[in-house]
Amino acid sequence: MRVSALIPKYPEPETYMGHTHYCPGCGHATLHKLLGEVVDELGIRKRVIMIEPVGCSVLALKYLKFDGIQGPHGRAPAIATAVKRLRPESIVITYQGDGDLAAIGTNEIIHAANRGELFTVVFVNNAVYGMTGGQMAPTTLLGQKSTTTPTGRFAEFCGYPLRVCELLNTLDAPVYLERVSLFDVEHILKTRAALKKALLNQIEGRGFSLVEVLSNCPTNWKMTPEESWEFVKNEMTKVFPLGVFRDK
Amino acid sequence: MSRVYMKGNEAIVEGALRAGLEGFFGYPITPSSEIIEGLAERFFADRERERRGEKPMYPKFRVFLQMESELASINAVMGGASVGCRVMTASSSPGISLKQEGISYIAACELPCVIINIMRGGPGLGSIQPEQGDYFQAVKGGGHGDYKLIVFAPNSVQEMAEHTMLLFNLTDKYRTPGMLLADGYLGQMKESMEFPDVPIEEYEKPWAATGMGDRETQNTIEFLFLTPEPMVEAKTRLLQKYKQIEANEVRYEDYKIDDAKILVTAFGTPSRVAKAAVDQAREKGVKVGLIRPITLWPFPYQVYADLTTHQIDRVLVVEMSFGQFVEDVRLGVEGRAEVKLYARYGGIVPTEKEILEKIMELV
Amino acid sequence: MKTEIIIAGFGGQGVLFLGDLIAYCAMKEGKYVTWVPSYGPESRGGTCNCQVICSDQLIGSPAIVHPDVLIVFNQPSLYKFLPRLKTNGTLLYDSFLIKELPAREDIRVVGVPAFQISKMGNMVMMGAFLAVTKGIKPETVYQTLEEKLTGAKAKFIPVNKDAIEKGIKYISDKSLETSNE
Repeated sequence: MRVSALIPKYPEPETYMGHTHYCPGCGHATLHKLLGEVVDELGIRKRVIMIEPVGCSVLALKYLKFDGIQGPHGRAPAIATAVKRLRPESIVITYQGDGDLAAIGTNEIIHAANRGELFTVVFVNNAVYGMTGGQMAPTTLLGQKSTTTPTGRFAEFCGYPLRVCELLNTLDAPVYLERVSLFDVEHILKTRAALKKALLNQIEGRGFSLVEVLSNCPTNWKMTPEESWEFVKNEMTKVFPLGVFRDK
Repeated sequence: MSRVYMKGNEAIVEGALRAGLEGFFGYPITPSSEIIEGLAERFFADRERERRGEKPMYPKFRVFLQMESELASINAVMGGASVGCRVMTASSSPGISLKQEGISYIAACELPCVIINIMRGGPGLGSIQPEQGDYFQAVKGGGHGDYKLIVFAPNSVQEMAEHTMLLFNLTDKYRTPGMLLADGYLGQMKESMEFPDVPIEEYEKPWAATGMGDRETQNTIEFLFLTPEPMVEAKTRLLQKYKQIEANEVRYEDYKIDDAKILVTAFGTPSRVAKAAVDQAREKGVKVGLIRPITLWPFPYQVYADLTTHQIDRVLVVEMSFGQFVEDVRLGVEGRAEVKLYARYGGIVPTEKEILEKIMELV
Repeated sequence: MKTEIIIAGFGGQGVLFLGDLIAYCAMKEGKYVTWVPSYGPESRGGTCNCQVICSDQLIGSPAIVHPDVLIVFNQPSLYKFLPRLKTNGTLLYDSFLIKELPAREDIRVVGVPAFQISKMGNMVMMGAFLAVTKGIKPETVYQTLEEKLTGAKAKFIPVNKDAIEKGIKYISDKSLETSNE
C-alpha cells in the first residue's frame, strides 16, 4: 500500500485561491481562507456577490473566486441592499473593516441592519486603520497608540471604542450577531462556524447576520504576530467581549 | 396622439417606468420629491395588486427603497447597476452634491444608471426656487477624477419624460452614467404634452456581477490599480468612449437661424422664454435665431463655431446662474463673435420682455 | 389667443386645485396649457399661488409677469399681485374675505363672496371665472369632475358641481342687477 493512499483526500479549495498579499501574521489571510472553505462547503460559490471594502482587504476578490463589487469607503451595505433586492437568488456578502463599517459607513450599516437586509456582513475589527498606515480607528482601545493618537487614545479627546455588535443589538431586525476571534485554533474554528451560520441564515432567508471578527495588525501595532494575537486575546476581548449577541 | 396633462416630476416617473425601470433608490428633497413619491405610489399599488392575486402594472419595477441618505441612495444605484439592472435615483442640488462620490465611482466602473437633478438655488442650502447653478457640477464632473456624464437638459414636461427614456437607452449603450438636469420650474410645473414614443433598447450586460453561474471567470466591478500602466490603459478606454459619445450623441435645437445675424442661446426653462423673445424680436424685424443645447455633455460646440464663422457676430447667453453655461458657449465661439451674458440668478425666471430688451441692445 | 391667470390665497383654500382644474379643462378644449405652483414650506395657512397659461400656441415662458386674470382669496395676495394685473385685465376676488380694495380704474373688478356662498369657495370662484371669462364651457368642467373624482371620491361631485353652479348664478344675477340699474 502506498503511503499517499493513507492521506485523507480533501477536496481542492475552489473559492480560496491559495495566496494573499497580506503582511505575515495578518488575520485577513486566515479569514479569507475560512470564508472560502465555508462557501465551498455550502456549495454557493457560483451565487456569491461579495462587496469589497476600502481598506487592506480591498483586493479580496483577487484571492476569493466569486463575483463582486468594489464600492466606495463604507458604502458596502447600501450597495449590498440593492444587489440582494434586485438579485434575490444571489448570496450577498459584505467584507468590511472597522474604519469602513464603524466610522465612515456607520450610517449605512445601522440602516441596512435596521431594515433587516438579507445579506451577510463579515466585520473585521483590528482596532486600527491598516491600509493608510496605522491611524486611530473607532475601535482603537483607550490608551492604544496609533499614528493619530501618538500618546495613546484618550476618551476626552476621541471618545470610546465603538462596540458594533452591542450597538446593532438594540435594533429589532437583525437575526444573528456574534463576535468571534482568530487568536487560537479553537477560536478560528468558532469563527468558521459563525461564518457558516451567518451564510445559512441568508440561504434560508432568515435575515440580517453580522459576524464581528477580532483580528490583529502586527505591522501597525508594531508587534510580532505572536504578540499581536496575545494582545487580541488579553486586551481586545476585555473591551469587545466574545459571544453571541443575537440568535433568533 | 392624445394629449395628457402632467407635472414634470410625474413625467419623469412615467418615462422611467416605460423605459423599464427595475430599481429606484432615493431620498426626499424639494423640489424633486414628487419623483420618489410617484414611484412609491406605483410600487406599493403593484404590491397590493400582487397581494390580491392580480398582475402588477409594472412587472419590471421590482425594487423601490427610500434610503437613509443621498450617499446610500447613489451607492444602492451603484449596486443595482453592477448587477445589470436599470436603476435610477433623483434629487435636487444639495442632494446631488452629496451623491458626487458615488457618481465618480459609477463613472469609473462604467456602470449605466440615470440620475435626476431637479435644480434649486445654491450654493449651500440656498433656496427651493429654480436655478441652473449646477451646470458645472453636471457637465465638468462634480466628483473627483476624470469622467463625464451624459447630460440632458429638457425644457418642457414632455421632454422630462422623453429625455429620461433616452437616458436609459444611451447609458446602457455606452455603459456610463447619465444625468437629467432640469430646474425646479420644470419639475413643479404641469403642462399639456404628448407622451413620447421612445422604444426600449435592450443591451446585453455580460459584464454584470450577477454571481458566476456558468461562467468560469469572475465578473468584478472595480476601478483600482496598484501601478500606473493598467490604469493608463483603463482610462484611455474611458477617454475613447467619451470621444465616441462626443462624436455621436450631440443634440441641440435650432430655431430661425437660417438668416440670423444675432444668436440667442439658453438651455432648460430660460430657453423656452428665449424662444418666445426671438419670435417677438422677429416681429420687430430683427434677424435673430436660437440655439438650445439638448445635451449639455456632449456639448454642441461645433454649431456655435459654424454659426459664428461667417454668419453671426453677436451672441446673447441667457442662464439662471452667475454664468456657467456661457463659458462653454465661449469655447464654441472662440472669439469669433461678441458674447453677452444675461444672468438671472437667485430663483427668478427671466421674462420674455427682459430677453427681448437684451436682444434689442445688440441690434 | 393666450390667457394668463394668477390665482392666490391661503394654503388650504383650494388655490392650486382651482388653477389645476382650469388648466386641465382648457387642455380638454384644445388649448396648450401650463400650470406652475408656488412651492414652499407652507402647506396650510401660508400664502400660496399658482400661474396658469392657456394658449392656442405652444407656450414660451410658463412664468407670468402681467396676468390677464387675477383671482385672489385673501388680502395679502391682493396687495401682492394687483399691481401686476394687466390694464383692462380682470380681477376676481373673494368679497367676503377681502375688505380693502386698492383703487385701480383701468381694470374690471368682480367681487364674489365665494367662501360665504359655500365652504367650497374655490369652486364657487370657478363658476364665477367661467361666467365672467366665458373661456371654458361649464360642461367641460363637470365632465372633468366626473372623470377625475371616481370611487370613494365620487360623492364629492355633486357638492363641487353645486358650488360651481352657485358661482355662475351669482355672476348672472349680479349682471342682471347691473343692467337693471
